[in-house]
Amino acid sequence: MTRQTWVLGEFATPQGMLGAVRHLRRLGYKNLDTYSPYPVEGSSEALGLPRSRVALFVLVGGLVGATLGYLLQYFCNVYDFPINIGGRPPHSPPTFIPITFEVGVLLGAFSAFFGVMALMRLPKPYHPVFEVEAFRRASIDRFWVSIAFAPAEFEKKHAAEELSRLGALQVATVVQDPASIQVYK
Amino acid sequence: MATAPAPHDPLEPLPLVVGAPDDHTINESLFQYVWKPTGRGWWTVFLISVAGVCWFLTAVVVTISKGIGTWGNNIPVAWAYGIINLVWWIGIGHAGTLISAILLLFQQKWRTSINRFAEAMTLFAVLCAAMYPALHLGRPWFAFWLFPYPSPTRMWPQFKSPLTWDVFAISTYFTVSLLFWYLGLIPDLAALRDASKKKLQRVAYGVMALGWRGSGRHWHDYRLAYLLLAGLSTPLVLSVHSIISWDFATSILPGWHTTIFPPYFVAGAVFSGFAMVLSLIIPARKFMKFEHVVTQKHIDNMCKVMLATGLVVAYGYLMEHFMAWYGGNQYEAFVFRNRRGGPYAPVFWTMIFCNVVVPQIFWTRRARYNLVIVWIASVLINLGMWTERFVIIVTSLHRDFMPSKWEMYYPTWVDWSLYGGTISFFLMCFLLFLRFLPAVAASEIKELRAEMVHDQGAH
Repeated sequence: MTRQTWVLGEFATPQGMLGAVRHLRRLGYKNLDTYSPYPVEGSSEALGLPRSRVALFVLVGGLVGATLGYLLQYFCNVYDFPINIGGRPPHSPPTFIPITFEVGVLLGAFSAFFGVMALMRLPKPYHPVFEVEAFRRASIDRFWVSIAFAPAEFEKKHAAEELSRLGALQVATVVQDPASIQVYK
Repeated sequence: MATAPAPHDPLEPLPLVVGAPDDHTINESLFQYVWKPTGRGWWTVFLISVAGVCWFLTAVVVTISKGIGTWGNNIPVAWAYGIINLVWWIGIGHAGTLISAILLLFQQKWRTSINRFAEAMTLFAVLCAAMYPALHLGRPWFAFWLFPYPSPTRMWPQFKSPLTWDVFAISTYFTVSLLFWYLGLIPDLAALRDASKKKLQRVAYGVMALGWRGSGRHWHDYRLAYLLLAGLSTPLVLSVHSIISWDFATSILPGWHTTIFPPYFVAGAVFSGFAMVLSLIIPARKFMKFEHVVTQKHIDNMCKVMLATGLVVAYGYLMEHFMAWYGGNQYEAFVFRNRRGGPYAPVFWTMIFCNVVVPQIFWTRRARYNLVIVWIASVLINLGMWTERFVIIVTSLHRDFMPSKWEMYYPTWVDWSLYGGTISFFLMCFLLFLRFLPAVAASEIKELRAEMVHDQGAH
């Protein structure tokens, strides 16, 4: 476990949360994150996130799946064990379409689900933000902002004050050591 | 929330969320039944369904130990309840995907309150459906033979058969529906974890939520993944029922060998699926106090979808009979004459009544606004769609080209027990779902509310 410090601020509205993030980014804070019970319009832009890579995963997964689906049928029914049924050709592309499509969809869906899990680094049952009891409302009706600091660049005082000035209802700091975890209000 | 319905101005759009609850109230009202002790009504229905599942297991044991001969199937009617019920259940499942995926892509906001409910219905319906082909194998422990695997015999499945396509279509459909449903559940499981007061609940929902914390960086990828899964599910759902219909349409049997089957099967599937959603949601919204999020607007829209798909189905029936006459093929003409006036004519006319006549009441607002009428009609439509599959399968098989091999089909008690048993299994799964998981997508309702507040502010 690396040493990290998290400063968290709670906001009552999504607008307050987004305003705070934009302001903090302008001040040069890095490693910002927002937390909300539902996707807030404009939070990706406020955090300055690049385009999501999920779409690429799904495209690749779908194409790989479709290719594998077709090759599987070709291998089984044409190459490895061709059966002559009433003179029908062993390689019959139209009859291979349905399974090609289904396997493409299956692998596309797998890459969407497991791809997004990998991008989100989930499942991850523990996270320092969960140390703050009030953070439970982040999935219910409150909007939180977090700033993560490495020990060298930690400016706890400034960050916490900045969040209060931006209208945070409450501010908490989580200091994570290899040995202990402390929460300051 | 449950105020008496006020007389409504017909020119005002009906609300999707009644009143103006804040996020906290939404959370409380949608999750309250998870925290409350289980009521007597739930236990009564649950125990009845468990008894039904026990009866189902008895029938399964009889089927496996004595063989398929305990079913009413014979030659020529080799496909009977096994396939009728498979098609019926899969069709019911399709409304879930339609609501959650297709309506999402069309940005129909009213889907939000009912999508979770309908997706759960899809999963359980597909499970019920998948039991029939497995049991129909006679030796279900060899079901893995359906999949291509390197076996010692060096044999492979024949991929030119629609029955093999079925295996891929149904297993893909179940897997993709499960992933889509679970991905949608994660934010709500996190909300349940955070709202829970007892340690056990917190741990259980915490494990299921996978550590979701609602991070903006997560939502960024999550929303796209959810949308893409919807985009994948949309052609998938159309393909699944088309493939099911090819089981019939690629054969040369009169009454099956027609090109109208794929669209007509898909429309029928959506028709029966919406009927099942309505039969389940009308009682559930009352008992679970969801009237403020599953409003009259939702029921009204679902009735209209049923009317539209019902008309497509009616067109399918009309075209089948027209082509049988116009096509000039004597076998085809006979099969349809036999449907209208043969030994199974009462089933055929029940189908026409339930699927063609009954949905016409939804032209009137009064019928769409009367929950008792809507519920009875939706149950009748479910029955009608079951008789449709009976008519397609049994009447085409029992009298085909050679009168010397004509045979009547009668279901046995094992057939009826398996059918009633899967209904009980479906009900049992559904009751467990309603008890322990959020039946309405709370995070999506909150998002919808935020949008509605934003829209009002803009005007």
